[in-house]
Amino acid sequence: MFELETAANPETLRRVAIDPVTRVEGHGKVTLLLDQDNKIHQVRLHIVEFRGFEVFIEGRPYWEVPVTVQRLCGICPVSHQLAAVKAMDQIAGYGPLTPTAEKLRRLMHYGQMVQSHAVHFFHLASPDLLLGFDSDFTRRNIVGVALDFPEIAKQGVLLRKYGQEVIRHVAGKRVHGTGAIPGGMNKALTRAERDEMAGGIEQMIAWTQGAIAMVRRLHETNPGFYNVFGEFPSNMMGLVRPDGALDFYHGALRAVDAEGKTIFDQVDYANYQSVLEEEIKPWSYMKFPHIKSLGADKGWYKVGPLGRVQAASFLSTPLAEAERQHMLAIGNGKPVHGTLVYHWARLIETLHATELIRDLLNDPDILGTNLMAEKGERRHEAVGVIEAPRGTLFHHYRVDDNDLVTYCNLIVSTTNNNQAMNESIRTVARQYLDGKELTEGLLNHIECAIRAYDPCLSCATHALGKMPLIVELLDADGVQVDRMSRGL
Amino acid sequence: MIAPVVVFAVGNPSRGDDAIGPVIAGRLESWLATEGLAGQVEVIEDFQLNIEYALDLKGRELVLFIDAGENTADPYFFKQIHASPEPSHSTHALEPPAVLQVYLQIEGHEPPPSFVLGVRGEHFELGEDISPAAQQRVEAALKLVERLLHQASLAEWLGEVG
Repeated sequence: MFELETAANPETLRRVAIDPVTRVEGHGKVTLLLDQDNKIHQVRLHIVEFRGFEVFIEGRPYWEVPVTVQRLCGICPVSHQLAAVKAMDQIAGYGPLTPTAEKLRRLMHYGQMVQSHAVHFFHLASPDLLLGFDSDFTRRNIVGVALDFPEIAKQGVLLRKYGQEVIRHVAGKRVHGTGAIPGGMNKALTRAERDEMAGGIEQMIAWTQGAIAMVRRLHETNPGFYNVFGEFPSNMMGLVRPDGALDFYHGALRAVDAEGKTIFDQVDYANYQSVLEEEIKPWSYMKFPHIKSLGADKGWYKVGPLGRVQAASFLSTPLAEAERQHMLAIGNGKPVHGTLVYHWARLIETLHATELIRDLLNDPDILGTNLMAEKGERRHEAVGVIEAPRGTLFHHYRVDDNDLVTYCNLIVSTTNNNQAMNESIRTVARQYLDGKELTEGLLNHIECAIRAYDPCLSCATHALGKMPLIVELLDADGVQVDRMSRGL
Repeated sequence: MIAPVVVFAVGNPSRGDDAIGPVIAGRLESWLATEGLAGQVEVIEDFQLNIEYALDLKGRELVLFIDAGENTADPYFFKQIHASPEPSHSTHALEPPAVLQVYLQIEGHEPPPSFVLGVRGEHFELGEDISPAAQQRVEAALKLVERLLHQASLAEWLGEVG
């Protein structure tokens, strides 16, 4: 049982619901239970629409899955495609990818990392960081940032566009591409495409360095806030190479504890169920994964930028590794756990991805035309894992003799971070809300803590009028006392 | 050469009536080819709008956003929109006026005249097909879109605003 997860006497408390959480994809809701003195007794992040993915996949032909899974998520379709196709490489019986195919997949993946991280920082995080947590709501998005920091806003748009163009060149289309297929890739890169991307990459690196410098200054200027907002110790997990470097596309699982000590390392992700298990809680649709050997109470972990840049021993590109060292320095030799440090780590990863893109564009293999691996014996079960922008993403499939998927288990990044996100908002509630009259600025602290994880609740639907923000204040009997809405 | 008209068709084809945008986009592509208008109109389809779409507004004369709407007019509404700082409430997705606002901020001048066609939908579950009712509304909406693209001028489009 976690502190503030379940109140002792909920029937005597007031309830505040933030529903849905602003600027969070899909449907998330936060509920707070408070007593008459505004003392907080319970804080929960509920994911109210996060089900049915596996059912959506089961029964489909395996070769269709890398395309179909892109429809699970409008934000990170490339990550789902690559995790699925890594599993389907094995199901279809293909051996190791050709050097060109693997490098093209990596290029596409790094493009996804850049575009996703760029939009998160410039669209979601920078408003809070640059304009302040208590700034007017209508200014707390990229529009507000654009008013005060026009160059930052433009760079964010162009970084995002660059990442999308990388994806388009490799996959053939900006969205819904079919570049990666079981066994390799279906499209070679042309010299003109390579040259176009190479022409822009130095600028992307420079802009990312500028954004990192800005965030670093914020932490240096006010460490008492930026370093400790939502700070709580936890385990961390990510994919690493045999030498311990972070690898976004392929590697083995490593988990470290809050002090940085190894819990497990070099675990073949095909055996993820030997080290991880998922817990179900009655109040949440989303499962709570944790490290099996430590149990549910002590085994939960962070994934995503802050988790994986610290689970890894180093980053393989020099500029990003130097920035990582700057970030780690605020911990004085220990891992850093402040929730807002996620933004810093995310930008460091963006820099890492841009450096990796530059390296790939200079690699002669990237223009190769040998795109398909040798085919061997068909398999019935396989796991594909990738470091998606938000964290480790697991796709596990079983396929029958008729090529149809009979079993599908997805552990998406947001699910991996479920307990960590709950701990973040509980920490923030203790730090900033406890005993105070609730204001929009204070409630925004809660939303900021969630946004730091960039949760993608993956509903991938965006009908007009479908995502209003509703904040309700209910009394102990559940009767609505006050209500505020936006976007209706 | 940049097509003078850009149409953004938004929605996830695997989420029931959210497919309204993609279905219209698919029908529109073939219709444009048949009518010889392919060079005049660029159709961009995506799950949702995002900040980089502000860059696709450059050099256009008219912009049309097509999306499914929940609790909106039956069969559709059609209106002119303007840049607005009203934020979106979902991660990474922008409402059409916010895309215009991003354009305004990064380009330093007003975006081209822009309109929204919101076609009513009711069911948005993952794995659902588009509903028969939404299909009918798509037919009605397509008639309007075809009129708009045959007479692609601000005056004609304003004349269609309900």
